[in-house]
This record gives sequence, C-alpha cells and structure tokens, in this order.
Amino acid sequence: MVENRPFLTLLSHFVVLLGVVIIAFPVWMTFVASTHSQQTMLQSPIPVLPGPHLIENYAKVLTEGYGKVGSTPVMMTLTNSMIMALGVAIGKIAISIISAFAIVYFRFPGRMFFFWAIFVTLMLPVEVRIVPTYGVVASLGMLDSYSGLIIPLIASATATFLFRQFFLSVPDELTEAARVDGASPMRFFWDILLPMSRTSIAALFVIQFIYGWNQYLWPLLITTKESYYTVVMTVSRQANVVDGVPSWNLLMAMAMLAMLPPVLVVVFMQRQFVRGLVETEK
Amino acid sequence: MEKRVTFNERWLPYLLLGPQMIITLVFFFWPSGQAIYQSVLIEDAFGGNSKFVWFENFAQLFRDNSYAHSAQITVVFSFLVAAIGLGISLLLAVMADRVIRGATAYKTFLVWPYAVAPAVAGVLWGFLFNPSVGILAWMLQGIGIEFNYVVNGNQALLLVVIAAVWNQISYNFLFFLAGLQSIPKSLIEAAAIDGAGPGRRFWDIVFPLLSPVGFFLLVVNIIYAFFGTFGVVDSLTKGGPGKSTEILVFKVFNDGFRGQDLGGSSAQSVILMVVVIALTFVQFRFIERRVHY
Repeated sequence: MVENRPFLTLLSHFVVLLGVVIIAFPVWMTFVASTHSQQTMLQSPIPVLPGPHLIENYAKVLTEGYGKVGSTPVMMTLTNSMIMALGVAIGKIAISIISAFAIVYFRFPGRMFFFWAIFVTLMLPVEVRIVPTYGVVASLGMLDSYSGLIIPLIASATATFLFRQFFLSVPDELTEAARVDGASPMRFFWDILLPMSRTSIAALFVIQFIYGWNQYLWPLLITTKESYYTVVMTVSRQANVVDGVPSWNLLMAMAMLAMLPPVLVVVFMQRQFVRGLVETEK
Repeated sequence: MEKRVTFNERWLPYLLLGPQMIITLVFFFWPSGQAIYQSVLIEDAFGGNSKFVWFENFAQLFRDNSYAHSAQITVVFSFLVAAIGLGISLLLAVMADRVIRGATAYKTFLVWPYAVAPAVAGVLWGFLFNPSVGILAWMLQGIGIEFNYVVNGNQALLLVVIAAVWNQISYNFLFFLAGLQSIPKSLIEAAAIDGAGPGRRFWDIVFPLLSPVGFFLLVVNIIYAFFGTFGVVDSLTKGGPGKSTEILVFKVFNDGFRGQDLGGSSAQSVILMVVVIALTFVQFRFIERRVHY
C-alpha cells in the first residue's frame, strides 16, 4: 500500500474476516447439524458445535439414503451427478473445440451462418425454454436416461467462443510451418492446437463441471426413475417432504455430500477456476 | 479478427461443425421455435385440438393481474439481489485488496460459495431460518422479531434474496478484485502524494475506474436474478406463500407443468426470450465499448 495506516489495515482484516465468517456460517451449521442425532436436532435451540454422530449419519445416507421407504442411497445419486457433470463438461469441450477449429481455420460457404447460429444460443438459458425442450426430449424417448440428462445441456456457445478466442491468438507461423511440412488439418489439430489449448481446456472443465453438477431443474423434470436422480435434486426434494418434519441430521449430511465435490474442485483448482470464470465472460 | 492462414478442405469443416450444429438444432432451435409457435395457439382442455389465436395469449397475459404481480416481484427481487450483492462484494474486494498478508487465503475462503448449487443454497438458508429449528430464526425471536418465512410473504422474499446473494457473492468479488488489481498503483500513489486520504482516493479514482466492471456485473447479476435463481426459489418457497416469491422464470415452469397451460407458458417464454436477448445485447454493446477504453 501507498502509506502505512495500521488502523485501516486492521479494519480491512476485520471486515474481510467478518465476511468470511458470515459466508461460511450456513455451511458450518449444515456440518454441525449433520453430526448430531435426530433427537438433538428437534430441540430448540439447536447446537452450534459438532456432535458425535458424524460417521453414523454419513454412513447411513451413503448406503441407505434418507431413511424413508424407497429412498435412494446417496452413493447412487452421487454417481449419477458425477456422470452428468463429467458428461456435460467433456461433451461441451469436445464438440465446441472442433467447431471452433472449423470456424477459425477453414473458409467455407455458410461459415458466418454457422457462426451466428451458434452465437444466438448464447442468449437463451435452458430455464427460459424449458417446457418445449422437455417436449422435444420426451418425443425423442430420452427421458430417464443419461443421454437425456447430458446432451441437451451441451449445446452452448460459451465454450466455442472461448476456444475461438484462443485459436485467434495462436500465431499464424505455426499453421504455415505445419502446412509447409505437409501436415493435414487434423494432424495440426491433434499435434499442435490441442496441446496448446491445455490451459483453456482445464479452465473450461472446472466451470462446466460445476455447471453440470449443480443442474437442478433439468434433472428434476426428465427423471422419474430413482436410479437416475442426481444428488442436488434429491436434497431439495427431501427438504420439501410433504409429510412433516425432515430428519435434519440426515438431510444436512446429504447437503454436505452434494456440496463437497464442486467445492473441492474450486478450492483445489482455484487458478483454473478464476481463469475460466473470467475468460468465459469475454 | 480473421486468420490469414487457413486450410482448404471441402467437407471437413462441416464434419467438424456437425455435432454442435445437430445438438443446437434439435435442443435449441426446435424447442425455441415451438415456444414461439405455441405462444399463438390455444389448446383445448382435452389436448389434440389447438386453435390459432394470433396474440390472444399475450393479450391475456398483459391483462392478467398475477402476471403483472409476478413481473413486479421479479423487478424488486433482481434489484435487491444486484444492489445488495454488488455492495457487499465491492466492500469485501476493496478490503481484501488493501491487505497484503493473507490476501490469497482470504480469496480462497471467499470463492467457494460459487460452487454450491442454487438449490442446495436454498436448502441451507431455509434450514437457518426454519421457524422451528433454525438458529437464526431462534436468535431473531430472542430479540423480539417473529421470523416465519413459511407464512410471511415479505420475509420469504427477503430470504430468497439472501440465499441468491450468498450464492453469487464470490463471482462479484472475483471480478471486483481483478478490477481493483488492474488499477495502476502509480495513480493511487500520485493522489496520495497530493494529499488525498484513503476515502477521497477511493471515490475520486478507484470508484470511477471500477465503474466498467461494476456495470458489467450489474447486467450479469440481473440476468442471474432473472434466470439463475430458479433452484433457490424452488427449494426454499416454491413461489409461495401465496404468490409472493413467484418470479417470472418460476411462473413459466409453474404454469406450463403444474397448470398445463401450454399457450400461456409459451407466451411467457417468448417474453423472457426477448428480455434475455435485450440484456445480452446491452452486455455486448458494453463489452465492445470497454475494449476502446
């Protein structure tokens, strides 16, 4: 800083710390609730420090689920979420990197038409056209399937534009050199472009993994079989059970498990995450 | 910007564009077209027969009080989400930018809420304010405030705002922090030499230089409040109590799936499409302008 003002620095630390504490508070309470027994959770006020039932609660939701009849083990919903998140992330990256390659490195009739056709998809989030999209997926017989969960969500322009932006910054000399050496376009793509795109791919992967994992409305609509439920939708569904009080300790253990994978991805891949966030907005 | 050096292939580019185009066509253009088509039809109660009614569905929406009500709530909601969210994250970013020690650690502790699903965020805040077991509801009761979002509409809206802001704070924070760090230190130092105190420096130098980021975030937050908060609303209040938290995107879903009013729901979709397109346009115009700064 430009000058030394101990009081102001102290105040800054204090404000940021306060922010960190307030922001973490809901998750702390969730964690605390997930370590107590059902009886404790029904007394008011509820405890603010962890209790002794941590392993018991987590083991129960992972293997048996929420505990009511016909509930899905969280192990299974976690697996579904993982399949969906990976499918969305990898699928998006795969289809958009090749279409960006086509748009940047080739001249062909209709190129601008395709460019704009992809561009307009940037504008409409799935929530807006949810009812007709559901109709299309239903008429294709893709309800209750992984392809129905994944494929409709990978049509998006953000990734294509990110790769386009990156390809435009790749020096032309590389392309020239590859052509002089007689490399085919695909050879150039695999051996030069793809390895160079590693950081962009990693950044995009983090963002899209979170996006896929956190989907809520889409899986809620198109799954009716429990074997396709994702963890985020079951947490919300169980929180709103019609028949009375939810078992808070188990519900909160489920919520913790639903948050853990994407939060870990953000914390451990923070650099890629920040990069992805900033670059997808360009 | 275009490439000077390109490849000459006849079919390869189409092959490469194929997967994305097919998916876009089937899951984007087809449903969007259907939304527009259905928005000018009325289906009779037994399905099957539908009648072309021009803009009757739209006219009905504009006459409908519950639609006006929902639009009004959406405006209030997105204003609150944007204002509170931007205010808090600007404060945190300015403070985090000031501290030298521990800045990276603070950043890690502030970015993770972005990774929490909106639907899960709704469940967490619903738990904290739950009328019977919520610790915050209990504390509020201790100081004489009866907080029951299940029956009180305004409190429900407030709670949805809090959960939505919490979910979006890390995003705003990161962009504000990046904006702050890109302000040249020499400007601040020059102002300090001229005798401007920290407050003066913030309002006269930092704040104006930060305004492009702020405007960009404003648009992003409005888009987020309009469309990204479905999960928060659905897991917290389901639009209730009454219709006090029924924002537009929730109403589209509610009328289309629960009410089976395809025409009305499609007309609402079309209106929302226009809103997103307008907002996106504003955003792009702005980004183009930012390049010339």
